[in-house]
Amino acid sequence: MSNIKSAFEKGKAFIPFITCGDPDLETTGKLVRAAVENGADLIELGIPFSDPTAEGPVIQSANIRALAGGVTTDKIFDFVKELRKDVKIPLVFMTYANVVFSYGAEKFIFACKEIGIDGIILPDLPFEEKEEFQPLCRQNGVDLISLIAPTSKQRIAKIAKEAEGFLYIVSSLGVTGTRSEITTDLSSIIKVVRENTDIPCAIGFGISTLEQAKKMAAMADGVIVGSAIIKLIEKHGIDSINAVGKYVKGMKEAMV
Amino acid sequence: MAETNGRFGVHGGQYIPETLMNAVIELEKAYNHYKNDKAFNRELSELFKEYANRPSGLYYAKKLTEALGGAKIYLKREDLNHTGSHKINNVLGQALLAKKMGKTRLIAETGAGQHGVAAATAAALLNMECVVFMGEEDTKRQALNVYRMRLLGAKVIPVTTGTATLKDAVSEAMREWTSRIEDTHYCLGSVMGPHPFPTIVRDFQAVISKEIKEQILEKENRLPDAVIACVGGGSNAMGSFYHFIENKDVRLIGCEAAGRGMDTFETAATINTGRLGIFHGMKSYFCQDSYGQIAPVYSISAGLDYPGIGPEHAYLHDTGRAEYVPVTDDEAVNAFEFLSKTEGIIPAIESAHAIAHAMKIAPTMDKDKIIVITVSGRGDKDCAAIARYRGEDIYE
Repeated sequence: MSNIKSAFEKGKAFIPFITCGDPDLETTGKLVRAAVENGADLIELGIPFSDPTAEGPVIQSANIRALAGGVTTDKIFDFVKELRKDVKIPLVFMTYANVVFSYGAEKFIFACKEIGIDGIILPDLPFEEKEEFQPLCRQNGVDLISLIAPTSKQRIAKIAKEAEGFLYIVSSLGVTGTRSEITTDLSSIIKVVRENTDIPCAIGFGISTLEQAKKMAAMADGVIVGSAIIKLIEKHGIDSINAVGKYVKGMKEAMV
Repeated sequence: MAETNGRFGVHGGQYIPETLMNAVIELEKAYNHYKNDKAFNRELSELFKEYANRPSGLYYAKKLTEALGGAKIYLKREDLNHTGSHKINNVLGQALLAKKMGKTRLIAETGAGQHGVAAATAAALLNMECVVFMGEEDTKRQALNVYRMRLLGAKVIPVTTGTATLKDAVSEAMREWTSRIEDTHYCLGSVMGPHPFPTIVRDFQAVISKEIKEQILEKENRLPDAVIACVGGGSNAMGSFYHFIENKDVRLIGCEAAGRGMDTFETAATINTGRLGIFHGMKSYFCQDSYGQIAPVYSISAGLDYPGIGPEHAYLHDTGRAEYVPVTDDEAVNAFEFLSKTEGIIPAIESAHAIAHAMKIAPTMDKDKIIVITVSGRGDKDCAAIARYRGEDIYE
């Protein structure tokens, strides 16, 4: 069984996203541990990419800061290995297809297994292209996470049927970033998902407030928050640990 | 051609966010329908002829030929098209298709501004809203084209992310498309991006090689020995090569921007310095570091300043059907000046890369050989930048 499922066994899952190496890996380590202590159920670790086409300005800047700080895929692998000594909750990588492809997909996905990464999210790898990495992921017991968007319509069922780990439901059109309102009819999308699979689904993109978290958690099995956390890191830098911990605690409590 | 499911050999594909998948599927369906639709093709041919001034001439460059003292040189004059470059071919096709699909808004990326100007032009003609994304660096290099787009009623959005050049403009246009799909068509300017764009853009640009073939047969009663074109994403080159792919004796030569040289980091010669990767919706060759981070490429030419190349070019390279050669800033600027002085034709700095390579190989070829060079655009837009390159402080 996928280790990722365990994240959804203690009520609604709260899933923070953190870009590795923003501003440095030492801080990322502290942020991950603070998130775990404050109730995070699964963590999305971003491997920065120079040209993240699915990201809004906040996460784009985090990618730039991390790369400017000299972080690389190899350094992140070492970092996760270290992290795994005490961090037990499921961890997934969120990055772009070229980061995996260019490293050598076989080498990359094998490394994920070795260091204890449970899944990979690649926003530029749709259903039609997943064969690129899916067989290697299966071989290594790493879940390749599928995404469903507000525009997926007739595609929802086939994506859900083959989904692994959890399903990432994109809340809104556009790129990542906080939104004051989420207007997509998510409950209709989730209804189709439920008809086709038992795996958990988590909603992401645009969620920042307690109220939004509560509303989304009522529909789905989990909530993913990226930009709102990255904003705190951007503002407080290496001193962002307490602010992020407090934020995670609040969101997790709001979802109960 | 090895073209199935949007693949050219291993290249191509659809590496895009799920949010865009139905949009490209819908586009592919519409294109497959309209490409065989008589009324659509009649309307497009009419626009090509009456509006864009096609066919463009195939001009025998007698003075250039004599000056180089080798192969006979013809220039395919895409610079004489309406809006001043080959970009209008693709844009009229895509805008008409978008209109048939019920879209009311065009978005586009632009490097040198030629595609942006063409998109703004088609939008004005077909009563569509137009938004053009252009790297901030390029808005400075090509200020005149920014003004032209605004004059045509388009909104120009300077892109400040990354290197603030063409690749960032593409990224930003893709981001915009994910946020507004219903009424918006992304009018991609080159033979790149996710399927079906490389095929659609190639088909609309293929008019170039179709005409060259007819014109050269009429003038010389034979095919050329070589066809030379500049390559960024590769749309004018793909258009110039396409109908010659089956004629194995015709050498197809794409000229990449080597910038300050391939031994420097300031280069955009993708085939010569890049490696296989996945970016901007396609698998192809990209300039990137060992971890797959896309390289901040450089060329004096804003239109060739792109870290990737269209998937069909990557395939033509793999199979050896086409050759891709590097041309430096210096060589391109020399060619820009040389063609201006010998023929009275000021080529776009992009096209000057193709002229520069012809200047290298023509003298080595016999006088009975024939070279066709595609002059993809006119160089008025580049005059101020070239003057500055030569140390003269001219601003438009």
